[in-house]
Amino acid sequence: MSTETATETLDVKGQNCPMPVIKTKGAFDGLAAGDVLEVVSTDSGSMSDIKGWAESTDGAELVDQEETTEDGTSVYKHYVRKAE
Amino acid sequence: MSADTPPSSDDEFSPDDLATLHAQIEALETEVSDLRSEVDEGSADKMVIIATKGTLDMAYPPLILASTAAAFGYDVTVFHTFWGLEILHEENSKDLGLSSVGNPNMPLPNAIAALPGMDRMTARMMRNRIEDNDVASVEELIETSLASGVDLQACQMTIDLLGYDEDDFYDGVTTGVGAASAFQDMADADIQLLV
Repeated sequence: MSTETATETLDVKGQNCPMPVIKTKGAFDGLAAGDVLEVVSTDSGSMSDIKGWAESTDGAELVDQEETTEDGTSVYKHYVRKAE
Repeated sequence: MSADTPPSSDDEFSPDDLATLHAQIEALETEVSDLRSEVDEGSADKMVIIATKGTLDMAYPPLILASTAAAFGYDVTVFHTFWGLEILHEENSKDLGLSSVGNPNMPLPNAIAALPGMDRMTARMMRNRIEDNDVASVEELIETSLASGVDLQACQMTIDLLGYDEDDFYDGVTTGVGAASAFQDMADADIQLLV
């Protein structure tokens, strides 16, 4: 999924467990139905954590996850859609 | 009674019997619908943690689990008792101690770790490591937990025992609670942990 489809971006780079999930939940609550939240994290554990959170959360759909590299650092991107 | 009982057996029920049956069915239907709405209303998942330790390393598991469970939509209560109170004490929480003595996983031999000033050094090293690894501070996790709706409770008996005052704790911490309210919460919870 490209960044253009995300309606909002949450930057949690430099934050470790459990903050990425907690801040994702906070941002997700503020979304309108159909919105897609992009979460940008440097925590490798966020791949499993945000997946698990989305599976357990009503109305949250994990659209995509990808691992990229920015300036030599691994960056994990998550795309979560709020159900219509 | 066999399946081919003649329909004439209906005659065995008097109009009074039928009326009683109808009334019973109605009462049961009401009861079922009441129970159903009760179950729906009380469907929020719930977790209770009893936090009894106040060292720097032991402050983390209850706070991390509590704030995470809140993000999963759980109603969360953390009942802090004995040294667990240190986590909620605004001043002490920023300076929680840690000792290498009696911890065989630490690189220092006990004879050296027991020297004056070594506990402070151990705590400082751990705090630096926490910061270097982008792990949130205890204070941050408390603020996050409170903002996520976690009920952080301070056991009243231990507050009195340790000579603390209600004002010593973070704003938003619940005081004036005891074992009975903790037990009641635990009885209603899906997950109960003692840390």
